Amino acid sequence: MAIAENKTVGRRTPPPFLRGLITAAKTVGSVAITMLGLMFVTFLIGRVMPVDPVLAVVGERASKEIYQATYEAMGLDKPLLVQFAYYLWDVLHGDFGMSLLNARPVSEDIKRVFPATLELATLGTLIGVLLGVPLGVTAAVRRGTWIDQIARFVALIGYSMPIFWLGLIGLLIFYGILGWVGGPGRLGIFYEDLVPVRTGMILVDSAIDGNWSVFRNAFSHIILPASILGYYSMAYISRMTRSFMLEQLSAEYITTARVKGLPERTVIWRHAFGNIKVQLITVIALSYANLLEGAVLTETIFSWPGIGSYITTALLSADMAAVLGGTIVVGLIFVLINIFSDLLYKFFDPRAK
Amino acid sequence: MSETLLDVENLRVTFPTRQGEFQAVRGVSFTLGRERLGIVGESGSGKSMTGRAILRLIRPPGRVEADRMEFRGEDLLAKSERDMQKIRGQKISMVMQDPKFSLNPVMKIGEQIMEIYRFHTGAGRSAARRKAVEMLEAVQIRDPERVMRAYPHEMSGGMGQRIMIAMMLVTEPEILIADEPTSALDVSVQTQVLSIIDRLVRERGMGLIFISHDLNLVASFCDRVLIMYAGRIVEVCDAGKLHEATHPYTRGLLGSLPRIDAPQPRLEVLKRDPAWAQAPSVSGRT
Amino acid sequence: MTDLPPHGQTWRDWLNTDTPTSRSHARAAAAWHGWLRLKSNHMAMLGLYILIGLVAVAAFAPWIAPHDPLAQNLMNRLQPPGSPGHLLGTDSLGRDILSRMIYGSRITLYIVSLVAMIAPIVGLLVGTIAGYAGGWTDAILMRITDIFLAFPRLVLALAFVAALGAGIENAVLAISITAWPPYARIARAETLTIRNSDFIAAIRLQGARPLRIITRHIWPLCISSLIIRVTLDMAGIILTAAGLGFLGLGAQPPSPEWGAMVAEGRRFILDSWWVATMPGLAIFTVSLAFNLLGDGMRDVLDPKEGGTR
Repeated sequence: MAIAENKTVGRRTPPPFLRGLITAAKTVGSVAITMLGLMFVTFLIGRVMPVDPVLAVVGERASKEIYQATYEAMGLDKPLLVQFAYYLWDVLHGDFGMSLLNARPVSEDIKRVFPATLELATLGTLIGVLLGVPLGVTAAVRRGTWIDQIARFVALIGYSMPIFWLGLIGLLIFYGILGWVGGPGRLGIFYEDLVPVRTGMILVDSAIDGNWSVFRNAFSHIILPASILGYYSMAYISRMTRSFMLEQLSAEYITTARVKGLPERTVIWRHAFGNIKVQLITVIALSYANLLEGAVLTETIFSWPGIGSYITTALLSADMAAVLGGTIVVGLIFVLINIFSDLLYKFFDPRAK
Repeated sequence: MSETLLDVENLRVTFPTRQGEFQAVRGVSFTLGRERLGIVGESGSGKSMTGRAILRLIRPPGRVEADRMEFRGEDLLAKSERDMQKIRGQKISMVMQDPKFSLNPVMKIGEQIMEIYRFHTGAGRSAARRKAVEMLEAVQIRDPERVMRAYPHEMSGGMGQRIMIAMMLVTEPEILIADEPTSALDVSVQTQVLSIIDRLVRERGMGLIFISHDLNLVASFCDRVLIMYAGRIVEVCDAGKLHEATHPYTRGLLGSLPRIDAPQPRLEVLKRDPAWAQAPSVSGRT
Repeated sequence: MTDLPPHGQTWRDWLNTDTPTSRSHARAAAAWHGWLRLKSNHMAMLGLYILIGLVAVAAFAPWIAPHDPLAQNLMNRLQPPGSPGHLLGTDSLGRDILSRMIYGSRITLYIVSLVAMIAPIVGLLVGTIAGYAGGWTDAILMRITDIFLAFPRLVLALAFVAALGAGIENAVLAISITAWPPYARIARAETLTIRNSDFIAAIRLQGARPLRIITRHIWPLCISSLIIRVTLDMAGIILTAAGLGFLGLGAQPPSPEWGAMVAEGRRFILDSWWVATMPGLAIFTVSLAFNLLGDGMRDVLDPKEGGTR
């Protein structure tokens, strides 16, 4: 007995608020290290670049003196770590350098193109969640029936189909042949610049403005790329939902719910689904982050002026500042989404407290 | 004998497997009045399946068949799923083995108790709340208001099982099936939980089916005992006359336990006779 | 003891035995049982047949292809499928699409097999070292792994190819760089469980050095989970490679890489749909085959994970 008591005294647990603070500090620290590493990687990528950054600034015909002066002015004679420190300083101040293509700050460009990607990925995720969750739940409840087979098939196609190809085929069928949707781009040319830019997301801006004809046109342009992204999101979400649900449906508390005489609908949606909600949040967050990535290829197909198009266009013209700026922003969002889903997890799961 | 609550004749539970059909319960017959009926057997003997079959909770592709399975003269097998839902939880309830798994981990305890009461009685929130608190007090939970707001993982095993009992009895059912209700609990709280079940069952004049692997526990707690082996009933005994049991399996079970009043140098090992599994089921009907 | 079946016993009996007579006999019997289970999974077998077909097509490309994949014929450009001599039609330079797809299978196989060699080996090295060494080594290596995992894969690959320059080898390198972290995670987890097991303690007592323990005892046990993961990842690798090709960062023209072929056909998608459609179908078929086989193999080798996808 005495030993047991000693143990509890010796292991003094900090008060709750301090524990929360420690957890928060740990999270912030790990995020900071990850971000630092992320920037170091992009910095290195920029340095091994075969393009001479000085030549890109001074031009081919600059004299040796000018070249040397610029070389030193850019800090390239300093040790690598010092250069990284400069780079870090700039990036932390939101300065990603100048774009070679249009000689504008990369950060401004990113601010301009990012809402387009956000709009696309958000609508895509929305479609994926609204279709994928019910599909996954139904497949789990009716395991082994035709609907489960269909869900499996849908997901398998999603995991195997190249997204850029599906985009092209979609464009061919729904725009080229059927003419049901607007073509590439965000708006028809007659609708451009009709609503003031507030959020940069045209659907939101036009709704705020009450300009429904612009809204309709924007919708007809976004629906196809968003559906294609949504399909991939649905494939992933439905599979995960199914496996989470199967795990819960065989749990003992489900039998309890049935013993209580509750109708099957309540058993499934209140009891089983109630237990996967938290896991689903993580999956949806991950799928959202993946869509930002999927947007790179989809945006190219649909000439969607988002961050994906921005990176690929910059890539093809060797505009390294733009490529790295875009990469860092996408990486940052990835990290933030992950943290956010972790926090939600802790907030919503009573067992995690 | 008092009135018959449950009448089961030739109950069979079958599961299709790759090697053909597997019968987990093979022709079990018994009746239940306002009494405490024990079902004893080792794991895989079909005792839990019998309990679940009564509530028709065997999931497809498993099948439940019987010549007769009546609750107060109502044919349970003929009922629609919807009518069955009115029986479950309201007329016949069940307490399961481990409260750690049998309570919904993300629902507040109060919600879980109120849910069953409101579903079956149509009562409002506040009435259901009063009833739930009252029920928690009946199972000797000291601070029911706090427990109502708590989640299952914040409870100890013994408390969890008392909550489970409160939840299953809040609708005042006529039959309670208790499927190994104490085997997941610490020995120190087992007696407490048992005495709560005992008291509530007596006070309300309910029928109890007590499923356990522990023959001595059942003998001390129940009025009648069915001993199951390989999906059949091999012997039916009055609990007080267990020492008169004749079947070698029952005798073997009794002999394989250490007894403080009759110490043995070596406990007997249960020898199984394949003929036991083949012999016809003994009827537990009265 | 010999590994060959004794007289009067068929190979089949020898493989079906419940009482293996040697270590290799036991291994052969286990592999045989796994194969039987895989064989009963029709979808997995379909995937396997498609992949065998792919390898055959790649190996015999010069004999199968009706035309030179690079031969241009501007008089005969954008012919629809079914035109005389061109089963799947021709592209904008009059090249035979079928022949280009047949030769393209070689590039796909080349990329996939290189990545499948590099990424798991790097992951295995990093993971086992981290798991075995523990302490600071573990913390640092795993932090690096996390940093790479934090990047979206395609975007990181894009940035690498941008830095290294476009081309197949650089695409392979870029994909490998983005693909190794999950393998390192798996290998580390396996190492941690194995490291603390009793048989490793026994080997250590016999005086084995860490290098020997890692290479002889830990690696062989990590292999099966890595193989499953690689098979499941193959489809993703193919899609990423095709994506890079589509963006013009993989194989360079005129090489008949499938992704690049889709990109080329993109300009004519509304008028000459087949130019982009056909190579896309090829990418889809192959990655579908890998998915089918991977699912089947996971069910065989790792039953507890079954049906999570």
